[in-house]
Amino acid sequence: MSGLELENISMRFDLPNGSYVQALQDVSLKLEPGQLLSVLGPSGCGKSTLLNIVAGFLAPTGGRISLNGQAVRGPDAERGVVFQKGALFEWMNVRDNVSFGPRMAGQGAAQYGPKVDHLIDTVGLADFREKAIYELSGGMQQRVALARCLANDPDVILMDEPLGALDALTREKMQAMVLNLWKETGKTVILITHSVEEALLLGERLIVMAPRPGRIYREYQLPFADQGVGRDLREIKKLPDFAARREEILSMIWNMEEEIMGSQGAAA
Amino acid sequence: MTGLAILVVYAALFAGSALVMRVIRRGMQERHDLTSLKTVTFGDESAIRPDRAASVISILVAFLLWGAFTGSKLVPFHVPGPFLGETSFSYEIRSASGEVQGGTALIYAGTEVPAQPPGADVVASVPRGRDQLIRLPDGGQAFSVDGIPISAGQTVDVAHGRVSMTPKGTLSFAADKGLQMEPIWLPSPEAVASRFLEIARSGYQNFTLWEHLGASLMRVLAGFALGALVGIPLGYAMGLSGWFRGWFDPIVEFMRPVPPLALIPLVIIWFGIWESGKVVLLFLAALWVMTIAARAGVSGVNITKVHAAYSLGASKWQLLRHVILPNSLPEIFTGARVAMGVCWGTVVAAELVAAQKGAGMMIIAASKFQLTDIVLMGIILIGVIGYGIDVLMRVAERKLVPWKGQS
Ligand SMILES: Nc1ncnc2c1ncn2[C@@H]1O[C@H](COP(=O)(O)OP(=O)(O)OP(=O)(O)O)[C@@H](O)[C@H]1O
Ligand SMILES: [Mg+2]
Repeated sequence: MSGLELENISMRFDLPNGSYVQALQDVSLKLEPGQLLSVLGPSGCGKSTLLNIVAGFLAPTGGRISLNGQAVRGPDAERGVVFQKGALFEWMNVRDNVSFGPRMAGQGAAQYGPKVDHLIDTVGLADFREKAIYELSGGMQQRVALARCLANDPDVILMDEPLGALDALTREKMQAMVLNLWKETGKTVILITHSVEEALLLGERLIVMAPRPGRIYREYQLPFADQGVGRDLREIKKLPDFAARREEILSMIWNMEEEIMGSQGAAA
Repeated sequence: MTGLAILVVYAALFAGSALVMRVIRRGMQERHDLTSLKTVTFGDESAIRPDRAASVISILVAFLLWGAFTGSKLVPFHVPGPFLGETSFSYEIRSASGEVQGGTALIYAGTEVPAQPPGADVVASVPRGRDQLIRLPDGGQAFSVDGIPISAGQTVDVAHGRVSMTPKGTLSFAADKGLQMEPIWLPSPEAVASRFLEIARSGYQNFTLWEHLGASLMRVLAGFALGALVGIPLGYAMGLSGWFRGWFDPIVEFMRPVPPLALIPLVIIWFGIWESGKVVLLFLAALWVMTIAARAGVSGVNITKVHAAYSLGASKWQLLRHVILPNSLPEIFTGARVAMGVCWGTVVAAELVAAQKGAGMMIIAASKFQLTDIVLMGIILIGVIGYGIDVLMRVAERKLVPWKGQS
């Protein structure tokens, strides 16, 4: 029993006015170790809710979730999270942020030092080890967040729009970095994104979710992530296959958004 | 009238020095940091920097006005003081037999009468700032002064003063008082300074100046330390546990609006007027401020930081130590500055009520003997120390919380 397993996960938020939101309904998913899953879907379809459940921040109202056969009960070092922003500790410098996990586990500097320094080098921040967090740009901060997550050596890495706040160019560079790190480390990754391109480039598997109730709408197996390792991602984007998939998924999500807007328009 | 004149002079100094500084600075090089390059400053609070020159001039003006109104030797100009010197007026009297006789009265106001005064019918010496009855020759009854008729209760303006007639018919001379303050209302800066030196050297009311100020400071530090020691953990507990929050919310919210001064009578009844009572009072003054600051510090922590820490394997204790505590430091510092201010104000007030030593005790004891210079010195020292405490806290804050306001 290895890997991440979600069985009929449901999440229902009761609202103060007596009604409720069915954020997720019967979401089932099995992720083998080392897989990278991209999650796409219109706004409000329950992507963040799903991720929060896997991370252990929320308990689902129905269903079971387990990692390597162990039920998930709360946040844990085996499931690392990279947030969109605001999760770094401003009162620590770059190195102390990256070494946070090992230090909390009681490791000494001699033990974690080489690994932490290597990770900081890998994300290209060798000259910024001693810098304060607020002295870094947004893209640099996200690289610190990534390195911090990796330094803890989790089995699963969960990312909720980790590159969402970055400019296009930085974002492209970071996509290549994520892809290479994923291949190097062989981690299981769940990546939530709003960018169809990013989902296609990075995801071995891709699920598209639909709202009301939040559920898995369509699932794909994709070749692009394997092709992209060590290559210029812009070449991948030019492939005819890639463009076709992108158009297909874009129009699917477009239609879903239309539907939501339409039904809201009709209700109003 | 005088008050209005002072206000006008003050406003003129305010505007005048602004103009002068503007002219002086016109030739100087412009700075080119972001703030000075902003074109929109009116309405952009962040673009408003205190003009240090204005602060310096403001303090200077306060001293100049103080000196000018107290006849200080440190200040080159003064408002008119009480008339000092020689003056005279003429009078007419009617003797018991009905005979009319004129004469002149020579007045030495606030100065010595010379050994051989020039010839006059009456010579009188009037002490500075006082009225003085003028004894006329032969016990005659005056009926005019400087040619103006006068009767009991009336007053006639003469050179450098006023002559009035008492109900009994005696003349009384008062020299012009001028605008300067009597030392008992407002002593001059140098009087306060020399009093400061004297007390710094030989003490006041059985204790040295440093013992007085040290006593107040120690009370503040003790009360503040106790308040922080209890208040910060309590605030954390209220931020971390619903039961604590529910239990202490009514108490904190009830105690918060009660000014510490209102507690003085109760604290005196319970703990007496000596040290323990004061420390308890200051403890209470600091406690609620620190509790609320710590609680706000905990609720101010970004939930993603907490989630991140747990996902990196932190325990609850580690989360408290490495995330919640540092994250709440800016709030704690803000609270500590407020608490220190409140404590310093409260200790002075408590010492006014009862104390053997302390800054407040010094000024209340001095006021009983109308030693206004000591009162003024005490007020200045209290202000300077309070300001000094705040500056120190700000320095400590910049050292310990460099990330404040940076993200
Ligand atoms: N705490 C909550 N209380 C009530 N409803 C909630 C809560 N959190 C989420 N929801 C609802 O659950 C649904 C899914 O929210 P979720 O944040 O998972 O969407 P998302 O797919 O991440 O959207 P986005 O792409 O905009 O981030 C939404 O309809 C939202 O209103
Ligand atoms: Mg979301």
